[in-house]
Amino acid sequence: MSVLTEKTGEKRFGALIVDDEELARQVLRELVQTHPEIQVLAECANGFEAVKAISEHKPDLMFLDVQMPKLSGFDVLELIEDNVAVIFVTAYDQYAMKAFEVHAVDYLLKPIGRDRFEEALERAKKRVGERRPPVEQIVAAARPPQQYLERLVVRDGTKVTLIPVAKLDYVEAQDDYVSLATQGVKHLKQQTIASIESALNPNRFVRIHRSYIVNFERVARIEPYGKDSRLAILGDGTRLPVSRTGYARLKSLLADRA
Amino acid sequence: MHPLLTRRSYLGAYLGVWIPLGGLLVFLIKVSGGIGVFEATVVLAPMAVLFAAACLSAWYTCRATPLRSSGVTRLFVTHLLAAFVLSFVWAQIGRLYARALSTSTSFQGLEARYDAHSAIIVISGVFLYLVNVGFFYVLIAVEASRAAEARVLETSVFARDAELKALKAQVNPHFLFNSLNSISALTSSDPAKAREMCILLAEFLRMTLGLGEKSSIPLSEELSLLHRFLAIEKVRFGSRLQMTEEITEECKSMLIPPLLLQPLIENAVAHGIANLPDGGSVRLAADCQGGRLSIVVENTFDAESTPNHRNGMGLQNVRQRLEARYQKLASMRVTANAALFQVNLSLPAEPQEVQP
Repeated sequence: MSVLTEKTGEKRFGALIVDDEELARQVLRELVQTHPEIQVLAECANGFEAVKAISEHKPDLMFLDVQMPKLSGFDVLELIEDNVAVIFVTAYDQYAMKAFEVHAVDYLLKPIGRDRFEEALERAKKRVGERRPPVEQIVAAARPPQQYLERLVVRDGTKVTLIPVAKLDYVEAQDDYVSLATQGVKHLKQQTIASIESALNPNRFVRIHRSYIVNFERVARIEPYGKDSRLAILGDGTRLPVSRTGYARLKSLLADRA
Repeated sequence: MHPLLTRRSYLGAYLGVWIPLGGLLVFLIKVSGGIGVFEATVVLAPMAVLFAAACLSAWYTCRATPLRSSGVTRLFVTHLLAAFVLSFVWAQIGRLYARALSTSTSFQGLEARYDAHSAIIVISGVFLYLVNVGFFYVLIAVEASRAAEARVLETSVFARDAELKALKAQVNPHFLFNSLNSISALTSSDPAKAREMCILLAEFLRMTLGLGEKSSIPLSEELSLLHRFLAIEKVRFGSRLQMTEEITEECKSMLIPPLLLQPLIENAVAHGIANLPDGGSVRLAADCQGGRLSIVVENTFDAESTPNHRNGMGLQNVRQRLEARYQKLASMRVTANAALFQVNLSLPAEPQEVQP
């Protein structure tokens, strides 16, 4: 968005307001109103709307609530282009550290005061266009410490899908992406297989191959294949390659479970 | 661990008691004649120390045969047998000692004089051992009652702690901040509504603080607190929050611990409704039947949303308070199916006493 207006030469910024409470959006709307250089492109009541609005409007900056139904503010960050300047807005101060780990521009606490808002806005204007760290880092920061992922969020165009890990069959690495297979459907996500592996519970998911992580419960049997490798046959008939180390990992998990 | 061996001062006191006992022994033998006080003391003083140490073993025998659960026969047989065996061995050791002394010129013939008193020595030993047994049983009883006291104290501290936590948890800071944010929004768009919400919030806070000091309140009082809470949340969530209430009239006068339902309703909103993009409903029902007060707090929820820790804490807290207050007489059941989260409470129906 950020274009130069012809007359004043002042830079203009497109903004998005994302909060599930109408009154909270209203406060931000009013605060922004005194800034003619900021144009509110859309208001969103949840994360799904936000993801859609971001790809449609390409805002420069965004006011983002953390606690929203289904998709949190951190989930939204995982799914969007990495050059939107984000100002988190929340009543919870426990996310402040995480917010800075994902390179949020600022962190506003509700109720929001005018001075604090101006400060955040100035900061955001300076940082418009800066790139955020890779998705892996955001995922790692958003996950509570010592806890494994309970669900994955993926985006296909403007459609967001939540995949509970129990429904995840296997993960396949594909160049810069991973393909998440769930109930016969595959979703692409820009993330490394190693970062997904570290976020999944190792008692349920096994890295059976350089390019594959499998949901242990889906494995129906293992068959020898070639000289040194094997194949994992899943319940639905999918065949995945198993490397020598992968086979050792499967065996040790099996031993742990027995 | 042996109570007398754990502390030096206890052991000192115990050995101190043995000084007069040893004296008594010397006196007994002197009275029965044929032996001088000096000789008797030389022989019996070290023997008394030895026996004092040996009698410490009675503690373990006492522990192994508890007064309550062991039969009379077993008690008698065990302790008498132990007393005789120990005393006999002790007397024999004393005899060897007397014999050793006899070899010196100043104690010539001591062994024979000792032998003449060996029956008295054995019997005194048995007697002294049995006194110890009695003493240890008293000690065990004292320890047990102390432990019981500590347990009672612990339970009451625990109950108090749960109570305090419950009260502290009442005014959730996030609720407060979010409400203030709503008020801040309303001040420009709808000042009258902002004022109304300020008043609701003030009333809610005042009631919460006031109720914390009471031990029981009628359900109707808790309800009026809940109504304020929900009215505030309704401003925040708008049409996303729906509320239904089914409470029979007679239940409203039943007594409950204050702020028992508030955390449940707060959970229902914060973890149920807040996680549903299109909102949901909270149902509160209460019914009295057969001397029981049953309360149901039910809300629609999103089973796929990450389970929240705080939710568990709130529920655990309510459970602890019920247990501390009613012990086994109250129950709490939490069920969650596909879309409904339900908490069922059942407690004794205590009607409010009519004020004279």
